[in-house]
Amino acid sequence: MTEPATIARLRLGWRVATAVEIREVTPTARTIVFDVPGWPGHAAGQHVDVKLTSSDGYSAQRSYSIAAPADGDRVELTVQRLPGGEVSSYLVDELVVGDQLELRGPIGGWFTWHGTETMPVLLVAGGSGIVPIMTMVRQRARIADPPPFTLLYSVRTPADIYYDAELRSRPGLDVTILFTRKAFGTNRPAGRIGPDDLAAARPSGMDARTYICGPTSFVETVSVLLLAQGQNPGTIRTERFGPSGGR
Amino acid sequence: MSTISDSDHIDGNGAAGPFSEALGIDATNAVLTCARCARPSRFAEARVYDGAGLVARCPECTSVLGRLVSTPTDAWLDLRGAASIRVALPGGTPR
Repeated sequence: MTEPATIARLRLGWRVATAVEIREVTPTARTIVFDVPGWPGHAAGQHVDVKLTSSDGYSAQRSYSIAAPADGDRVELTVQRLPGGEVSSYLVDELVVGDQLELRGPIGGWFTWHGTETMPVLLVAGGSGIVPIMTMVRQRARIADPPPFTLLYSVRTPADIYYDAELRSRPGLDVTILFTRKAFGTNRPAGRIGPDDLAAARPSGMDARTYICGPTSFVETVSVLLLAQGQNPGTIRTERFGPSGGR
Repeated sequence: MSTISDSDHIDGNGAAGPFSEALGIDATNAVLTCARCARPSRFAEARVYDGAGLVARCPECTSVLGRLVSTPTDAWLDLRGAASIRVALPGGTPR
């Protein structure tokens, strides 16, 4: 699949999605696998819009990153419960297997990695910003002779790590977890991501295609640090999801 | 104009669904040139606020590029803050 940077008529109709599998990820996040008949497939990094409609006709719509590469009619999301989040609270606390909702997508052609790119890749995730980035990691595992991937993943505490066991068992993936509140198993003191963290992760001698996803302030911080280290802005792709917590 | 903080917005990726629906193309790769500061930027990089509809602002000068208001039957897209919109055509050389 080539990169769809070209104009293409979109058909963004709502589809009925049925929850077929639910996995706990952290105490405040879960992965939900939906069966979506006729799903056209997607690229790593894309997202979907989810719409919930109550019996009185009130509806609410949110955007969620897809958590796994294309797999037939299956669409996998990992959702973080946000304080006061009416859609995320329903998805994390109430939805059960067999429930249905409306979903449309795939959406977004910019924050994507297709597996055909040959540049080394630097992934920088803050909190639940790991979700679209994990899809890229999983996509990479499907490819013969993939480019090197380096992942910097900033979380508050060890309990906040998504996909912990899987991240540690991915061959050829260089993972560094940065703790901002409470460190564990590392000499690095807890604290926000800084220039040293990025300098250590960047491949020497060349720019890496870089994907940064997380809360808006996190993405801004990392972008500024990378540019200050001389990275070509054309190699950086970003996705910001708001004040905190993530989507 | 109210104060714009550094983190109360998302970017064009998260708002791409409604904008792509209204435009009929993937909005994230569209390049909008700001009518005020003349900087071209991808819609993916726009600052998007959820207020009176969805409001997309220039990442450089924060001037309004476009606004989208959706009703159950129509999408109202106001792009007067964009001097131009560039979209790649099919058959072009991919990036």
